[in-house]
Amino acid sequence: MLLGLARPTSGEAMVLGHPCGDVATRRRIGFLPEDFRFYEWLTASELLRLHGRLCGVSPEELRKRVPELIDLVGVTVHQDKQLENFSKGMLQRIGLAQALIHQPELIFLDEPTSGLDPMGRRLVRDIIRSQRERGATVFLNSHLLSEIEITCDQVVFIREGEVVTSRDLRTVTEEEVRVAVRARNLPDQVVERLAPWATSPVVDEERLTFTARSQESLPEILRCLVASGAEIYEFTPRRMSLEELFVSIMGRDGGM
Amino acid sequence: MAGITFREAARKKMLWTALLAGAGFLALFAIGLHFQIADFSRTTPAFVRYQILSGMLMIGLYTVDLLAVVMTILTSVDTIAGEITSGTIHAIATKPMPRWQILLGKWMGFAGMLAVYIAIMFGGTIAIVYEIAGLAPQHPISGALLVYWECLIALSITFLFGTWFSTLTNGVIVLGLQGLAFMGGWLEQMSGFAEGSRLAMVGIVASILMPTEAVWRRAAFDMESPLAGSLPQFAIFSDVSIPSPAMIAYASVYLLVVLAVALYLFGQRDL
Repeated sequence: MLLGLARPTSGEAMVLGHPCGDVATRRRIGFLPEDFRFYEWLTASELLRLHGRLCGVSPEELRKRVPELIDLVGVTVHQDKQLENFSKGMLQRIGLAQALIHQPELIFLDEPTSGLDPMGRRLVRDIIRSQRERGATVFLNSHLLSEIEITCDQVVFIREGEVVTSRDLRTVTEEEVRVAVRARNLPDQVVERLAPWATSPVVDEERLTFTARSQESLPEILRCLVASGAEIYEFTPRRMSLEELFVSIMGRDGGM
Repeated sequence: MAGITFREAARKKMLWTALLAGAGFLALFAIGLHFQIADFSRTTPAFVRYQILSGMLMIGLYTVDLLAVVMTILTSVDTIAGEITSGTIHAIATKPMPRWQILLGKWMGFAGMLAVYIAIMFGGTIAIVYEIAGLAPQHPISGALLVYWECLIALSITFLFGTWFSTLTNGVIVLGLQGLAFMGGWLEQMSGFAEGSRLAMVGIVASILMPTEAVWRRAAFDMESPLAGSLPQFAIFSDVSIPSPAMIAYASVYLLVVLAVALYLFGQRDL
């Protein structure tokens, strides 16, 4: 919808200050679709030239940019082969190059690493970082949470088409902490007592795990446990992975 | 987009295959015509010779017409429908150009290829008959342009249904409509012999729904000499029921409306 492929049934959305789908604004947007399918009878360099021309890039500029991008995505030796001979990973690489051919300000990448090997994924991460450093905003849509964790600054969780919550991944570790406790004589009302500071508590005999709402609350929680008569042998706060955050926010069904 | 459509046809070998098949047809036609002249006996009257050769010219041009319409449908049936189904359109439709430009560009690409194809096939058939039999149709340019117009109607209809239906469904609908036009055209022609107004009405209704065959019959009327049509064996092309200029005007409006609706629908639908 933001790119004009689908029309809103109601309401409105703005992209780069213009209504979504605006034709002129699309000149400032790059897009790699999830089902990346291109004209397979074109060669890699022909495809980039075609998409460059459609984006209004001059032929002189394309003569410079096409070899650069082909080199950047690592398909230089295959640049004169028709795309019908490309593997899924190679198609994804050239798809990424076509999304960058006009040096867009805003880039939508839909599952850009789904067909790539570990080297390819690292390459895509590096390209996304270089685009960020160039000043572009990159929207990375992915179910590979580990990729998002190492690549993105901000994450938005969407369930059934609605934004459930968003997190700044640069600060999320300071906001929420998963804590594992090993203790004897845990009181029966431990869950109720921790409620002001913690969520998702799980008690299993001598083991207690919960999510502290902030790192600052940890001393308070520890004092509360000691005051309740628990004998603490271990109190281990650890960073919450994006996957755990995803499960805690979206529930086990993952928003399906 | 027009250029890319042309290149696609060349790369997928569609263009060359069509031209090769066309060359095969022209060769067969030339051989047939050669043998026909060789089989004339010394006593065959010149008038009968003229009528037979004129009839063969019209049969050749009619075959070119059918071939061109079928080629139009078969080569373009997957263009829009297939790209929507496969998702190839996503990377194109998100580029900074209105959707109607994508569709019109592809349409123009096909229109250009059809112009080349019809020029070669029509020109080839006429040249063969002129070279072997020394005969030429009346108003060949007008006839060729009408056949081209007929193909553009078929092309626009294929694009129209391609914006909403899958390749297979699109092909079934368009070939079905072409069959309707074919049958309608012949019913109207037969009504001229039988002087049956109800039969003519059925034919006219079919031509209103799909006017391609009516355009051909007008082209045939323009090209065939009045004398040639008088021989009973070749009276199928004779001017017993000629589509009026009003029908040709209707076919022109039909083409423009169908193309405009295709452009509009393609711009409106979710991809």
